[in-house]
Amino acid sequence: MARKGYVEIDTEGCKGCNLCVLHCPTDVLELKTSDTNSYGLHYAVMVNEEACNGCMNCSLVCPDAAITVYRQAS
Amino acid sequence: MTAREGYKVVAKRPSTLLDKRMHYCPGCFHSTVHKLMMELVEEMEIQDKIVGVCPVGCSVFAYEYMNIDMQEAAHGRAAAVATGVKRMLPDKLVFSYQGDGDLAAIGTAETIHACNRGENFTFIFINNGIYGMTGGQMAPTTLEGQRTSTSPYGRDVAKVGYPLRMAEMVANFEGVAYSQRVTCTNPAETRRCKRAIKKAFEMQMKGLGTTFIEVASNCPSGWKCTPEESVTWIEDKMLPYFPLGVFKDVTKKEKKAEA
Repeated sequence: MARKGYVEIDTEGCKGCNLCVLHCPTDVLELKTSDTNSYGLHYAVMVNEEACNGCMNCSLVCPDAAITVYRQAS
Repeated sequence: MTAREGYKVVAKRPSTLLDKRMHYCPGCFHSTVHKLMMELVEEMEIQDKIVGVCPVGCSVFAYEYMNIDMQEAAHGRAAAVATGVKRMLPDKLVFSYQGDGDLAAIGTAETIHACNRGENFTFIFINNGIYGMTGGQMAPTTLEGQRTSTSPYGRDVAKVGYPLRMAEMVANFEGVAYSQRVTCTNPAETRRCKRAIKKAFEMQMKGLGTTFIEVASNCPSGWKCTPEESVTWIEDKMLPYFPLGVFKDVTKKEKKAEA
């Protein structure tokens, strides 16, 4: 069975650089362009949670360390 | 934030990175390298042993974000300050964190002589080919033909010379133990960058000599592009001139001599 995971994004810490969206291998993340945080910046959100396998690519490339990754305990 | 039932945290913000919003532009690799270094400090448990030296440039406020002992240096003189710190506190792990305007332009002399003396500290060199903080002027590492605010028709090498390859240059010095160029354009390279910094710290702990890590970095604001385009630009334009790789590793040489 595929590994399961999910991410939590600190929307206030996110600057909307889109690098996590670019490097997500399973297209879980998306930049929410319809909303902004209190700094006036778009932020990334999880749109396809089922596909997340907790690979940590997003948290690795996130420049602002705004992503926490959770993985199903085996 | 607590994990849902049956799940555990596998990656989070390192505790050594202060809970403060970094002033860097969105997508800047300065913040990525700050994060990687602080993850290493947490993993290697060296928070009370490490001393950093900040430069002048975009990363002038690095001490505001890293929860370790840090010292600010005059423009370009981080290598000289790091030399002093390391000589007075030889049991501490010392690094200088510099950009290309600091290390490769105004501080070239300090950098070269610190490397030539084999000062036992680590250089973290962020090379983004531009003076980011002052408004995107041409730096010594600006690529041929690259447009900046002081080279609007592109860098003319006949007039201002060729971009400096620092990692290759310092590899020629006897005092340098390790020289590598890395980047953070994708997750694999980001992991390699973290490993390179870890190796440099470990070699410094063994007292092998100067260790030099150059990070081929981006400047979305200075390059007038999005963070995604800046990543593509590094891969397409920057890496052919600034190739990734290890240019010197004294531990490998020893192994070869034995065999």
